[in-house]
Amino acid sequence: MLTYLINGISLGSVYAIIALGYTMVYGIAKMLNFAHGDIIMVGGYASFCAMSYLGWPPAVAVLFSIGVCTVLGIVIERLAYKPLRSATSLAVLITAIGVSYFLQNVALLVWTSNPKVYPNIFEKIPPITVGEAQVSGVTMVTILANIVIMIALTLFTGKTRMGKAMRAVSEDKGAATLMGINVNFTISMTFAIGSGLAAIAGVLLCTAYPNLVPTTGAMPGIKAFVAAVFGGIGSIPGAMIGGILLGVIEIVARALVPDVPSDIFVFAVLIIVLLVKPSGLLGKTVREKV
Amino acid sequence: MRKKILGMFLAGVLAMTALTGCEGAANGNNGAGTQEQASGEEQTTGDQQTTAEPAGDGALTGTLNLGVIGPMTGAAALYGNAVKNGAEIAVEEINAIDPAFQIKLDVQDDVHDPEISVNAYQTLKDNNVQVIVGTVTTSPCLAVSAEANSDRVFMLTPSASSPSVTEGKDNVFQLCFSDPNQGSASAQYIADNKLASKVAVIYNNGDAYSTGIYQTFKSKASELGLELVSETTFTDDTATDFTVQLKAAQDAGAELLFLPIYYQPASLILKQASDMGFAPKMFGVDGMDGILTMEGFDTKLAEGVILLTPFSADAEDEATANFVKKYNDKVGETPSQFAADGYDCPYAIYRALEFYAAQNGGLDVTDMSYADLCEILIGVFTNPDFSVDGITGQGMVWGANGEVNKAPKAVVIENGVYVGM
Repeated sequence: MLTYLINGISLGSVYAIIALGYTMVYGIAKMLNFAHGDIIMVGGYASFCAMSYLGWPPAVAVLFSIGVCTVLGIVIERLAYKPLRSATSLAVLITAIGVSYFLQNVALLVWTSNPKVYPNIFEKIPPITVGEAQVSGVTMVTILANIVIMIALTLFTGKTRMGKAMRAVSEDKGAATLMGINVNFTISMTFAIGSGLAAIAGVLLCTAYPNLVPTTGAMPGIKAFVAAVFGGIGSIPGAMIGGILLGVIEIVARALVPDVPSDIFVFAVLIIVLLVKPSGLLGKTVREKV
Repeated sequence: MRKKILGMFLAGVLAMTALTGCEGAANGNNGAGTQEQASGEEQTTGDQQTTAEPAGDGALTGTLNLGVIGPMTGAAALYGNAVKNGAEIAVEEINAIDPAFQIKLDVQDDVHDPEISVNAYQTLKDNNVQVIVGTVTTSPCLAVSAEANSDRVFMLTPSASSPSVTEGKDNVFQLCFSDPNQGSASAQYIADNKLASKVAVIYNNGDAYSTGIYQTFKSKASELGLELVSETTFTDDTATDFTVQLKAAQDAGAELLFLPIYYQPASLILKQASDMGFAPKMFGVDGMDGILTMEGFDTKLAEGVILLTPFSADAEDEATANFVKKYNDKVGETPSQFAADGYDCPYAIYRALEFYAAQNGGLDVTDMSYADLCEILIGVFTNPDFSVDGITGQGMVWGANGEVNKAPKAVVIENGVYVGM
């Protein structure tokens, strides 16, 4: 059982780090960026290319991939989402799905469907043995990265000028504009940070499950979204808790009922949460003012 | 607001899952009907070219327009291009044998899409193609073979391995093993060579290819007294974490892990098994072929993996060595099983026409209608005296159901290369 729990935490920590990016963009721009999973895929490919073709050390490759994803996030926001700022949220949602498939197909064109095997960049970190189970180096790094990012994001949105501007935009775009906040710039920054986080998530996802294809980000992206809803979308600690719980649920379900595809349980969680507590575990219930 | 978000979430998730659900159906088909083909019927040996005394000169002459359909671009382009390159090498060789008989190749791209494939087929017909090698992948093949069956165009598919491709269509033949046959052949091989008595299986229950092999493996294994100690599954969407399945196999004391799956999930299984210190014998099928060419894959992980494949590039016979060298010169890589399948197809058709010409006092194929050629080729392929020695198998013979019968070969991976067993 302990083995399953630890494997679940390993998987969940990957969902958590993706969910952090989801929740960050949703919390501020109030839009679901379904292309988040595919930005992760681009981040994976960017770092893979930097390491395998250019021979860069992993640390530089990760920075490079953060740079690529940040720029990509800003460009996507400018071209695809900004013109729809005053459109219905459904229009933006459909656009995000379109962007997601656009990125997957461009990746198919550029990198083809031949899977690439991602190098283990945390090879030097020895695994810790807990009872009969092993916690791998990449899991420890992922959990650590989760905590660091979670604290950094909380501090950033709470203390800095930019962070305060983001919260203001999130609460009321009109009033924020009146207070002299540049709403467009603030939302662009949100996408930049969210996409930078996606690059980190991409590196960690590909290191943990080293198989890189153009659809690599799609399913983890959706599951991370479930995790974000589970934890309370918009809530930063909620994303992390939701992610880890979802990973544990998935692995334990697979162990207890091996004949049933485990995704049934993952998505059942989404439905139950939306029915019972739509604001999620840590989410705030906000009544819409008229 | 709550309701709005809820609706939005559900709409979005439904849309995304519905769309992603369609992916990875590279070998999708509906049903693994036929079980085993009539085994045990040995092909007649002896040189068929000289068995029948020709009434006339027995020569094969003219120009044959041969069409090839396969994915040359898109997600499955790897397979289509391998078949194309293999077929081109074969046609060059055949054309060099006798200037009186020439083959003209016409290759069309179907992007692994059934509708585009039917368009490609119509283009080939407009180009006066007489016989078709194709299609490379299963779902397009189902669409095209239905058209070709009513039009009476002869089809020989190099690699569409589902039994549904040939079922009920007398004009469609396979050069590759049909899926289910691989399962029983694998069980037979494991039992005959006493590789293990306790066997675990991990298969993809969202994929007809994998499930079809698993089912025939299971029934053959119980017949032969192999003990299946653990049978676990995954789907394309959960093909990342296999720790649970591996743990179950390990706890059950499996000596051999049978993996009737593609190389991509298999590469993750090998890595995760190695991470947890679980080292049973690993046994794969033709879907495992390609694992060594994955970019960045640590071939040490695949050390000792056994796989059943009709073609191994390191085989020492002259025909294989010749093909591997030519392929290397032309494409710059070692040919895969698909390339070998593509190479054998034009030869099979050439041998069949030769066989007919020898028995019927000559044949001039120039401007023959595809329907006439179709009847001739069906007659020859179902003739028990007709057999072809190719690089994917010696003495290939075909049944009336279109399935091929040939001896499977197993290879083991040693020092990063296939070694024949």
